[in-house]
Amino acid sequence: MKPGIRWGLVIFISPVLAWLTLLIVLPQVDMFIMAIRAENPLGEMGFSLGNFKLFFLEPIYWRTFARTAIFSVLVTFLTFLITMPVAFYITKVVSPKFQGFLAVLVLMPFWVSELVRVYGWMILLRESGVINHFLLKFGVLEQPMEMLYNDVAMVMGLVYTSMLFMLVPLLSALESLDNNLIEAAYDLGGNVWSIAMRIVIPHCLPGIVSGSIVVFMLTLGNYLTPNLMGGKNGLWFTEQIYNQFIASFNWNQGSAFGFLLLILSSGIIWLGLKLTHQRLGKVVQ
Amino acid sequence: MQTDLSVVRVMKKFQDFTAVDCVSFDVEKGKFFSILGPSGCGKTTLLRMISGFFEPTSGTIEINGRNMAGIPPNKRPVNLIFQNLALFPMMNVGQNIAFGLERQGEKRHVIQTKTAQMLERVGLPGFEKKKVDQLSGGQRQRVAIARSLILEPAVLLLDEPLGALDLKLREQMKIELKILQTQVGTTFVYITHDQSEALVMSDHVAVMNKGRFEQVDTPRNLYSKPSTPFVARFVGENNQWDARVISLEEHQGRQVAAIMTPEGNQFEALVQGQLTPGDEIDLFLRPEAIVLEPDAAIEGLNRFFIIVRSILFDGANSRILALLPESDREIQISLPQTRQFDHIAPGDRVEAGWSPESGMMFVKEKNMYKDAGTVTP
Repeated sequence: MKPGIRWGLVIFISPVLAWLTLLIVLPQVDMFIMAIRAENPLGEMGFSLGNFKLFFLEPIYWRTFARTAIFSVLVTFLTFLITMPVAFYITKVVSPKFQGFLAVLVLMPFWVSELVRVYGWMILLRESGVINHFLLKFGVLEQPMEMLYNDVAMVMGLVYTSMLFMLVPLLSALESLDNNLIEAAYDLGGNVWSIAMRIVIPHCLPGIVSGSIVVFMLTLGNYLTPNLMGGKNGLWFTEQIYNQFIASFNWNQGSAFGFLLLILSSGIIWLGLKLTHQRLGKVVQ
Repeated sequence: MQTDLSVVRVMKKFQDFTAVDCVSFDVEKGKFFSILGPSGCGKTTLLRMISGFFEPTSGTIEINGRNMAGIPPNKRPVNLIFQNLALFPMMNVGQNIAFGLERQGEKRHVIQTKTAQMLERVGLPGFEKKKVDQLSGGQRQRVAIARSLILEPAVLLLDEPLGALDLKLREQMKIELKILQTQVGTTFVYITHDQSEALVMSDHVAVMNKGRFEQVDTPRNLYSKPSTPFVARFVGENNQWDARVISLEEHQGRQVAAIMTPEGNQFEALVQGQLTPGDEIDLFLRPEAIVLEPDAAIEGLNRFFIIVRSILFDGANSRILALLPESDREIQISLPQTRQFDHIAPGDRVEAGWSPESGMMFVKEKNMYKDAGTVTP
C-alpha cells in the first residue's frame, strides 16, 4: 500500500499554518521589505538601509528605545516583587476557602478594558483628582499637586496593568510547591529570607520566567498607558512607531522601528532565559 | 539517666476538638521512643508541638531541661523527618545535607567535610552530586535522616517515614533505622500506626488513642500485659470474648477467676486487675495462645471445642478461622506449620485449649443505656 496523504494531520494543522502564515509571517516579511526600502533623493523607492541609519543618528530615537527597554525591565521586576508575596499569601497562607475568592478579586479589574482602568488612575491622580481633593481637605497640601504625567505614575500604571499576567503563572507554580518543603527548611533552621531564596524562588523559577516574559512583552508593546499617564516627557518607543505610521506617513521608517523593537524583545528574553538557565519550551508549558 | 525530652500535661485544642488531651511522658537520652496509634489519634499533632509548628494550648514541653514555649521550629534543638521526607528537589544530595549547617553560618570547608562524613555514616559515600530524584526509596530515607542528624539535634522526630516504602524495603529499613539509632546514640521519637514498626525498633512505646496515652511500656509488656482493652485490641492480634465472672479464689498466692461465656464454656483465668464476681468482662486471647489438640495429660488447661470454618494459609502466620459449636462466635487460632496439623480440614470438630496465664480480662465499660435500665424502683 502506498503511503497516502494523512488527511487528519492536514485538517488539523492547516488552520494553525494559515493563521501563522497570514497573520504573522507575511506581515513580518512585508514589514521587513518595507524597512529596507526608502526614497532616494530623486523621490524613487529603492533598496536602502537609511531607515536603520536614521535610528542610530538621531539621539531621540535610540534614547527612547533604550529608555523603553530599561523601563520595561524595571516594570517586570517591580511586578514580580509586588506579585510574589500576593501569590504566596493566596496559595499558602490564607485558608483554602478564600483562595478562589481572592484570586477572583485580583482578576476582577481585568474585566474592564485597559483604557477604563487607566482613566480610573487618572481620575485619582490628576491635579483636580480624588487624592488631591482629600489632601487639600485635610490640609496636607496647600496647592494641588500634579501627580500624573511623570515616570513614577507611568511605571505604576504599567505595573498595575501587568500584575495579573504575573500572578496567574505564580499561583500555579506556588500551588505545586509542597508545604512540607517550606516546613522542612524552617525546621532545619531556615528563616524567611533563606527559605524564599533557596526553596520558594528556585521552585517557582519556570513560573517566574514565563510571567516575566509575558509582562515584559506586554509592557514593551504597550501604547496606551505610557501615552496617557507618562505625558509629554514620557516617551515610549511604540509612540515613535505610531508617529511614523500615522503622523509622518513614513511607513518604511515605522517598519524599521517595529523591526528593531522585535529584535530588542527577542534579545532581552533570550538573555533572561540564559541568565536563569531556563528553556523557552519548558517555561511556556 | 538524663532526660532529653519531657512533655508535661500537654493539651492541644482546635476550636471544640481536643486533639491531644493531657499527655505526659519523658524520653531518656539515647532511647528509641515510639508513639503508636490509629490515624487521627493526635500523634502528628503531638509531634508538631514538640517540633514547634504548633503551640500547645496548655502544658509544657522541655528539651534538655529548657522550656520550649514560644521558641519557633528553626530555633529548637529538634529536627523532624517528614512523612514524605521533604527532600529539596531543587538541590543535590550534598546541598540538601548542607542546608542546615549553612543556615548556622558554618564555614564552607567544615560543611564539606561534615557532609562527606555524614554521607559515609548513612552508607552513601560520594553521593554529594547526585540529584534527589535519582535516589531509590531507601536512599532518600537515609538522606533525609542525614540532613537532620548533621545538626546534632537533641531529639530526632520521625513522622511515619517508612509509610511510603514497599513492604520488603520497609522491613529492611526498620532494622537499618534501629541500627543507625544505636550507632549515633541520638534520641529518636518515632510515630507510626504500624505496630510492627513500633515493637521492633523501640525501647519504649506509648499507645495513643483519642488524644490520650493508654499505656507507656516496653514492647514486650505492651504485648503480654496490656493495661487497657484498647491496647489489647490494637497491639498484636487478639480474640475478644464476652464472659461473666462467677467466682474468685486464691490459688498459691495468685487470684484466679472462674468465668463463664455466653456459649456455656467455663474457664479459669489469672486475674491481673481488679474484678468482682458478677462483672461482665471482655476476655482477650491471642491466636498463638490457643493450643490445638492439647495433650490429654496437661492439667489445668481451659479446654473447649471448635468447628473449623476455614484455613487462612499465610506461611508462618497461618491461621484457623473457627466457630464455637452452635454459635456464631468467631475465633482465630494460629496454625503452626509443623505438619502436625495437616489433617485438619474445614468442617472438623477440634479440641483447643489455653492456659489460665494467657487470658487477659477487662471489665466491660458500662453502656449508658444499660445503666439507665438497672435503675430499680
